[in-house]
Amino acid sequence: MTLTMGKALNAALRDAMREDESVVMFGEDVGALGGVFRVTDGLAAEFGEDRCFDTPLAEAGIVGLAVGMAMNGFRPVVEMQFDAFAYPAFEQIASHVAKMRNRTRGAVGLPMVIRVPYAGGIGGVEHHSDSSEAYYAHTPGLKVVTPATVADAYSLLREAVADPDPVVFMEAKKLYWAKDEVSLPVTTEPFGTAVVRRPGSDATLVAYGPAVPVALEAAAAAEADGRSLEVVDLRTLVPFDDATVASSVRKTGRCVVVAEATGFASVSAEIAARVQERCFHSLWAPVLRVTGWDVPYPPPVLEKYHLPGVDRVLDTVDRLQFDDAPDPRFLTGAAG
Amino acid sequence: MTTQAEHHMPTAAAPAEAGLLPSPEPVRFLDDDGAPAPGDAHGRYERPPSALLKRAYDAMVLGRRFDAQATALTKQGRLAVYPSSRGQEACEIGAVLALRETDWLFPTYRDTMALAARGIDPVEALTLLRGSWHCGYDPVATRTAPQCTPLATHAPHAVGVAYAARRRGEDAVALVLIGDGGTSEGDFHEALNFAAVFHAPVVFLVQNNGFAISVPLSRQTAAPSLAHKGVGYGVRSERVDGNDPLAVLAVLTDAVEWARAGGGPVLVEAHTYRVEPHTNADDDARYRDHDEVEAWKRRDPLARLEAHLRARGELTDDDVAAAREAAEAYAADVRARLGEEPTGDPADLFAHVFAEPTPQLREQATWLAEELSHDAAEGAR
Repeated sequence: MTLTMGKALNAALRDAMREDESVVMFGEDVGALGGVFRVTDGLAAEFGEDRCFDTPLAEAGIVGLAVGMAMNGFRPVVEMQFDAFAYPAFEQIASHVAKMRNRTRGAVGLPMVIRVPYAGGIGGVEHHSDSSEAYYAHTPGLKVVTPATVADAYSLLREAVADPDPVVFMEAKKLYWAKDEVSLPVTTEPFGTAVVRRPGSDATLVAYGPAVPVALEAAAAAEADGRSLEVVDLRTLVPFDDATVASSVRKTGRCVVVAEATGFASVSAEIAARVQERCFHSLWAPVLRVTGWDVPYPPPVLEKYHLPGVDRVLDTVDRLQFDDAPDPRFLTGAAG
Repeated sequence: MTTQAEHHMPTAAAPAEAGLLPSPEPVRFLDDDGAPAPGDAHGRYERPPSALLKRAYDAMVLGRRFDAQATALTKQGRLAVYPSSRGQEACEIGAVLALRETDWLFPTYRDTMALAARGIDPVEALTLLRGSWHCGYDPVATRTAPQCTPLATHAPHAVGVAYAARRRGEDAVALVLIGDGGTSEGDFHEALNFAAVFHAPVVFLVQNNGFAISVPLSRQTAAPSLAHKGVGYGVRSERVDGNDPLAVLAVLTDAVEWARAGGGPVLVEAHTYRVEPHTNADDDARYRDHDEVEAWKRRDPLARLEAHLRARGELTDDDVAAAREAAEAYAADVRARLGEEPTGDPADLFAHVFAEPTPQLREQATWLAEELSHDAAEGAR
């Protein structure tokens, strides 16, 4: 059947709640309203207000409550509503969610999921479009997952709920309405496995979340120009699949990382470093990145200039020294 | 149909906050010398049973000796840091004795004495402060959360644990310890609000010991009392003389049983004093008068309890000697077991990040193991 990612996420939550009574869902507006993106639509009606409930408007309280419930037998799935709204909960996430297993030398694990609708492209006003994945990926003890396909949305969320460790589940807002043919329930590759979404031989595009459709579109456009681009979808940022990424880059010899978040000190920087460490002798050109600019997320009228689009990806691919010419941006220092 | 505003309008006969307001003065049973004080204003608290007070006495003697031992070990470099709770014995022990074994305690870094009173192995209790790991005991087995270093962030966890217990049909209560400084943190307020909205069986015990490191209460809040902070959230609130073991035990036992019976959360402010510096690294002469410290030392909770029990003939010289002997033996055991340098297994670095290490963690563990075997080979040469 044809399904949107939003519906697939909703189905994953419903199926997880049907299978395991300890799964509870809470956050702001997740009950009667079904979440501002309707991801929890109908869950309060089907499972009752004990299983899916609205909380006071307080993100640290929501995550803190989830920590306590996870310590005492439940599997909470909490929604942060919008990326930047999660920042008040960051102390809870960094100091407690990520560290409880470690602090207690393995005695207390926290099986919980923090759902973060993230990234832009939907015309949101400020504080509604941040790509905050680097904060979580940089924090040891958190798994960080971000699906790019409808099937992955279902399968990875099911795996997140079942995981014995806390998972920050990052849902690209602009993909909520992306459709695909999927018959549920579906099981895709597990956490820590990147997938080659499109095979190619001239260069590898590494992408995740909202950047995956952009990379695929760029690869399709490049094909028309006779250039064969391989697209790797990371799916999980932590754990990271070095093997699949390195094997693709060793095959193609060139790599561009595509991500929506600002580039400086980002997940894309981490990927570029890891590829360079593992594939140096296979590389014909430096690993390049296409990211959002290093600016606060812009207002809606300007976001089209900020978000990495197909043209910027293709321009960057052209700089991969296919003609032995180094990328001029990095010779002049203009790109910092 | 009433409007929202009308709905919230209290009637003159029963103002909404009437049942929530703390007593006009802190509840106390004993005067500063341990003689009976006039009863509390509400007359709602009964003198705790003598057997419980005797248990409290023994635990307070032990707690104080443990605290002194830990302070001494810090001076010898055996502990990385130790925040003393000397003078707060009534609160530390009262919190634990008000709980059943199945109840949960959420302590801060200053509440090591409470961990000892809970029966946690003192070496495991000191693991954090010794620097050999973060939390040395099993929080689920002991029903005691890891000692929390960030302020008040453990309060929402207590709400979660208590709410989960109620959802599972258990009658467990969670008691969370917070300092006066912690009441300024957002998590304290979110926890009170959540506890009230979810009617969770949580008792918040604020040990108002006068200072958040160097900052006095007057710089922490302009509220009439810290107990009043509960009222705005719909949380029943009370204040108690935190250096009066009878009052602390009476009020906390009442609060815990109120929460257990489904009454909802309770906030208790205990007026006490930190007679020692914040930690061994602190110079308290910079921010408070010697006279003030001495005045509070004269309201010593242990001396007051001892005077009270002796006056009633419920504590003999032999009882006192036995309590001190047990405390000495306890301290000697702590001393002996903490005498050696702590060691840590480097493999532990990677073992408890996730249930299963990621490939990256396995690589790093291998790398470190190789580094160590290389070092060992160098050392053997």
